[in-house]
Amino acid sequence: MGVRNNWKKCAYCGGCVGVCPVQALRLNETRLFVDNAKCINCNACVLICPVGANELAPDLKE
Amino acid sequence: MEHFDVIVIGLGPAGLAACKVLAEKKISVLGLDRKQEIGPPKRCAEGLGIAWFRRLKIKPNPEFAVHKIYGAVLFSPNGKSVTLKSKKLQGYILERKIFEKHLAISAAAKGAKITAKTDVLEAKRENGKILLTANQGGETKHFSCSLVIAADGIDSMIARELGLNTSNKLVDVDSGYQYEMTNIEGYDEKLLNLYFGTDVAPRGYLWVFPKRKNTANVGIGIGGTQKETAKFYLDKFIASKPGLAKGSIIEVNAGVIPVGGFLENMTKDNLIAAGDAAHHVDPVHGGGIGIAMEAGMIAAQVASEAVKKKDFSEKFLSKYNKMWYEKRGNELKKKVRIRHLLENLSNEDFDYLAESLSIDDVLKIASADLDKKARLAILGKKMLQRPGLAKIMLKYI
Repeated sequence: MGVRNNWKKCAYCGGCVGVCPVQALRLNETRLFVDNAKCINCNACVLICPVGANELAPDLKE
Repeated sequence: MEHFDVIVIGLGPAGLAACKVLAEKKISVLGLDRKQEIGPPKRCAEGLGIAWFRRLKIKPNPEFAVHKIYGAVLFSPNGKSVTLKSKKLQGYILERKIFEKHLAISAAAKGAKITAKTDVLEAKRENGKILLTANQGGETKHFSCSLVIAADGIDSMIARELGLNTSNKLVDVDSGYQYEMTNIEGYDEKLLNLYFGTDVAPRGYLWVFPKRKNTANVGIGIGGTQKETAKFYLDKFIASKPGLAKGSIIEVNAGVIPVGGFLENMTKDNLIAAGDAAHHVDPVHGGGIGIAMEAGMIAAQVASEAVKKKDFSEKFLSKYNKMWYEKRGNELKKKVRIRHLLENLSNEDFDYLAESLSIDDVLKIASADLDKKARLAILGKKMLQRPGLAKIMLKYI
């Protein structure tokens, strides 16, 4: 399970971090970090993203 | 390791207001922000009502209060509009990057220590204190404090690390996107221009907030579970308005807005949350600058009492919950119902209301001061002609 973040689209607003129910996401000033080991593929970060920068990537390894 | 009574994490309006009040009370306070610069990038349309300037005792310095607003015009999907215009000044559009610099400078002048580019990576409790590990421009730094004020926005990690779940449910947030545009026209420069409709902004609204001549924040907030992105709807709208489509984009802003899920408890041992981190936003219009600053000030008030009593327990700090709900939270909670009502209106409902409601009606209904009976009295006659609308009104008003 996991989430792929397209950093070219990402606006680094942190919205996805705010809706992640399992704290799998973390933002610093210039990068979104995804902890795929925690991700439960709930799709919240994909739905909320204002610019469509996140997509589910079930093929990602932990 | 440097020790402070209070460390404020996140220096937006809530954090900076807290820093200033703490410093005024002679409490040792450190304010940390992960960004390189206090202020930008904004996640905000920059409107602040005149009442907040009074409540927060802020002078509208023209350096940051850059544009005067006298009301709003609301557009329904078929282009009908309701204008709420006053001769009196209703508010300002801010230049947030300057506003926050001013807040930071005045907090520092009172004695707060402010540090940018310091990303707090870890927070843990030890012997009744909080130990923080941070990345400061590539160097690892450690700080300790008795109390953390988490004002680190919607993506607050610190509160969650210290045991307070500040996560938002999707239904309680709006997805927002905005361009600051210049060389544009076709909107009223003295008013907030708001556009409603399920094709324009599903479960939300689109705004043009004039900021300077021919320059405005053009943005959108939509419910968090739409098929298309906020950017998609905003781009579509701009393309349909020649006065906007010809403009230039001088800033791109994105953000997610916590518009509904208030937290009953915003404290833990050694921790208070304020601002977006604690979901401190008006559920109807999504604004939060004033609400966040007020919460930051209340947090600082409680924090200073905690320092004097040397009591940083959740039990003591929970008076913050009571104080905030009495001052603002209870009023905002009532407005959640109005938001649900607006979210459930169809395009035809918006058109009908725009045609049939008077300005006074809208203001009275939106004020959240009236009880259910009074609201229904205003809407009663009008609803008889649209049974579908009546059903929604009865459910939410």
